[in-house]
Amino acid sequence: MDELEAIKVTFFQECEELLADLEGGLLAMQDGNDDGDTVNAVFRAVHSIKGGAGAFGLEPLVRFAHVFETLLDAVRSNEVPATPDLVVTLLRASDVLADHVSSARGLGVVDEAVSAAMAAELKACTDPNAAPAPAAVVEAPVFEAAPVAAPAEALIGADDALDDDDLGFDFQPMTITIDEQAADVAAAAGNVWTVSIRPKSDLYRKANETALLLRELARLGPIEATLDASAIPPLDMLDAEAAYATWTVRLETEEDETAIREVFEFVDGDCDLEITRGEGLTPDAALAALLAGDAPAAVEAAPAVVAEAPAPVVVVEAAPEPVAVAPVVEAAPAPVAAPIAPAAPVAASAPAAAPAAKAQQIDVPGPGQSVIRVDPERIDRLIDLVGELVINQAMLAQRVGEYGIAPSSNLAMGLDELEQLTREIQDSVMAIRAQPVKSVFQRMPRLVREVASMTGKQARLVMDGENTEVDKTVIERLSDPITHMLRNAIDHGLESPEERKAAGKNPEGVVKLAALHRSGRIVIEVSDDGKGINRERVHSIAIKKGLISPELQLTDEEIDNLIFLPGFSTADKISDVSGRGVGMDVVKRSVQALGGRISITSRPGQGSTFTLSLPLTLAVLDGMVVDVAGETLVVPLAAIVESLRPKPEEVRPLGPVGSVLAVRDSFVPLIDVGLTLGYREASPPPTEGVVLLVEGEDGSRAALVADAIHGQRQVVIKSLEQNYQQVDGVAAATILGDGRVALILDVDAVISLRRREPPRPVEPTLIAAE
Amino acid sequence: MSEEIITTGAERRELISFRVGDQEYCVDIMAVREIRGWSPATTLPQSPGYMRGVINLRGAVLPIMDLACRLGMPMVEPTVRSVFIVVKAGDRMIGMLVDAVSDILSITDDLVQPTPDVACDAVRSFIRGIISIDGRMISEISLDRLLPEREALAA
Amino acid sequence: MTRTVLTVDDSRTMRDMLRMALAGAGFNVVEAVDGEHGLEVLSAHRPDVIITDINMPKLDGFGFIEAVRVDDDYRAIPILVLTTESDPAKKDRARRAGATGWIVKPFNPEKLVDAIRRVAA
Repeated sequence: MDELEAIKVTFFQECEELLADLEGGLLAMQDGNDDGDTVNAVFRAVHSIKGGAGAFGLEPLVRFAHVFETLLDAVRSNEVPATPDLVVTLLRASDVLADHVSSARGLGVVDEAVSAAMAAELKACTDPNAAPAPAAVVEAPVFEAAPVAAPAEALIGADDALDDDDLGFDFQPMTITIDEQAADVAAAAGNVWTVSIRPKSDLYRKANETALLLRELARLGPIEATLDASAIPPLDMLDAEAAYATWTVRLETEEDETAIREVFEFVDGDCDLEITRGEGLTPDAALAALLAGDAPAAVEAAPAVVAEAPAPVVVVEAAPEPVAVAPVVEAAPAPVAAPIAPAAPVAASAPAAAPAAKAQQIDVPGPGQSVIRVDPERIDRLIDLVGELVINQAMLAQRVGEYGIAPSSNLAMGLDELEQLTREIQDSVMAIRAQPVKSVFQRMPRLVREVASMTGKQARLVMDGENTEVDKTVIERLSDPITHMLRNAIDHGLESPEERKAAGKNPEGVVKLAALHRSGRIVIEVSDDGKGINRERVHSIAIKKGLISPELQLTDEEIDNLIFLPGFSTADKISDVSGRGVGMDVVKRSVQALGGRISITSRPGQGSTFTLSLPLTLAVLDGMVVDVAGETLVVPLAAIVESLRPKPEEVRPLGPVGSVLAVRDSFVPLIDVGLTLGYREASPPPTEGVVLLVEGEDGSRAALVADAIHGQRQVVIKSLEQNYQQVDGVAAATILGDGRVALILDVDAVISLRRREPPRPVEPTLIAAE
Repeated sequence: MSEEIITTGAERRELISFRVGDQEYCVDIMAVREIRGWSPATTLPQSPGYMRGVINLRGAVLPIMDLACRLGMPMVEPTVRSVFIVVKAGDRMIGMLVDAVSDILSITDDLVQPTPDVACDAVRSFIRGIISIDGRMISEISLDRLLPEREALAA
Repeated sequence: MTRTVLTVDDSRTMRDMLRMALAGAGFNVVEAVDGEHGLEVLSAHRPDVIITDINMPKLDGFGFIEAVRVDDDYRAIPILVLTTESDPAKKDRARRAGATGWIVKPFNPEKLVDAIRRVAA
């Protein structure tokens, strides 16, 4: 069933949010914020997960959530104090709950032993003194038998009836040995029941209605209902919502007493109810008749009634005053409209507190009003379309430009406005898809707990800037690098609690995860207050592994960043934790593939900081458009330091084929892009082209040689992988103003391509021929 | 209708046939998205020779494969009559550059014969079978093998 | 005439479930995400029946029911509360606040529609 499946998807989405709320609340409690709201929110999160899970029959999840919820209920009612130890337990329980959710989703398996142990722990916390009685045997019966009116009460009722019995009841003249007699009659009459209902005022206060009860009874079988309105006082004494009448119903049904009682489930306690098998007599009515001594007369005196099922028509005639029909009224063939409406004149004079309360609430915008939920695919489609618009606008501008139209002409000015508008639309549309990094951040506290416990460290995670927004395309790529940076910070950054104590630090280390916007990029920082990078050790490892030459003089910063070199982080220094997955070099490569940068700074004894920066979106890119061997390429602007026309004296050969460019005091390798990408077999002299001085993500510089520069442009990033595959040296594609595809250069890949495969020696004759 | 299926014992399929050099090939019409006239493609570096490059197909980047080259025949410069057939292969769309589109065939699967042993292995893996119709020999292309597998990306 | 049911629940899943069951039974459904929101929606839509959760932020089910019951305009609207298991204490508190009846979660659509029929004129 599609709809149900869709709701299940919603449920799991909601679970993610609830788990995040749960964890957030628990962390707030850990920070000493255990006000009622926080605890309640924590409780509600688990409660809602349980509720939804119940709806889908996810039994193991329901069971665990139930135990968890029970403890939280005790915490919020202050039966169990929220000690720091307890909060830690609750946090661990939230992890287990998350596992249960994943498992229910089919994304993993719950460790049953862990779950059972956790559940036992939670139960022990809920009731530390508890005998090992089975914790929660919840299934209390849904509807207990309504308290049958005790004989004493019935008699009191009968007394009342006696006081003014001139109106009497509609009862059959019968003998009165109630119990046995009734049973006999029932046997004779088949399945006839007599139901006596005496509503209390509470019944109406809760918006229940006798007419509806009668209607429900009529569903069980044909009924005849009789109203004794004798207790209804005159109008001036009438309490609008008090109840005065007693109904006696004769019901013929195949159903048993339970089914009849079920009709009264919702009014249990709000009416006196008597159900007797057999024709006619409620104990008090029978008694009244007996005491009246004139049964036949009583019958005649009471012409009240009568309803034939299924549409109970009830006519009240026996009331002392015609107006006094108040709460019960005419149950017309159509369902009763507003049973307490007749009481309105009385109620109207009631205190007017309610409208005031209502007015107060009007200003508060409902959460539902401020948020629109949209299928993400629609937004993606919109962004694609705006991308097309940008391209089209650029094409149009280019065509117009080709006709040599003056920039001051109306046409050119109109086009300028179009460009402006297009840009604005694009920015606005991108803003729609922007999301706070919270969704990624909120997964991290658990990671920190797990890594800390695995490494025997004590770590506290502090997060900042969770609401920093970034495009969805980037959000999805943040998780892996952040995970690695955090692991690294705890595993390698933080000292053991003993070491920290010895160094005069708090045994609990602090790991900070922060997000911020800086110059059009998102920056993620992961810092720790640990020991900092052991530079000597890193340096010697790098030398030992042949990653750097022993003679090379490196700054502190350069040494710190050696950890990103491929082949640096291998077995001997990798613990269980950081070793899971990949080394920092791979993290760096994947970050670079997104046009991002990652680096580390460190201060001995005070800690280290990883800094990751990424573009705010992977949908558009600012680039420099260049010509290389007849192809048009886009070089990401972020990578370009400067562009220049090399003078002959700045180009120096180095080795058999290479050459370098002298830039101020340093020498930068010259890379012919056309040659590296295989567009041509030989390089033209660099002095005939343009050089883009670029900086790789590792900070290394290179001089890329292109044939010509066309200028800067924002381009819409198009995937090559969607229909083809990744291509070395190419980050992605875009569509230029002329409608043709241009490739976006992967600067780092070009630099490393060049390193990996030195170009073949170039035939001098070929150079001469160019 | 259902009777017909029972009597013929095979479902009818429609194929689009086209020329590559002096040979005839075809693909299932259900895989064909559109047929377009040739326009110059942007060269892809580090790519096999049969990849002509990529073009802009209404905002999507579409790789163009030179079918002749892919089938081991010499690459021919496209002419005004050259077209590319946009087909869906798995979850990817590709354009196959061919010399000309011939016609639409309606066949049943029993007309498809296995590829004879004479062809080299590479070619045979791209050919689903051979159809003999009106004295013509038409080879049906197996689209899922045509594009190279995507390289596994570094995590 | 199509009857309107107001569902008040902070859980999207539960609101969706209720909507599915109620819309399937021909009811018009309006939703609110907590008690406060419920009171606003109430004035805009005048539902025939209200179904409310108990544990909600801002204004919980008890508070919501009480607020409805003290308002002359709405006091006659039947209110069904959603309870998990049959937690007698919560159920009783909801009834004291003025709930007309209750629905035990998890519910099936028939049970739900049945409960509405029992309280809705």
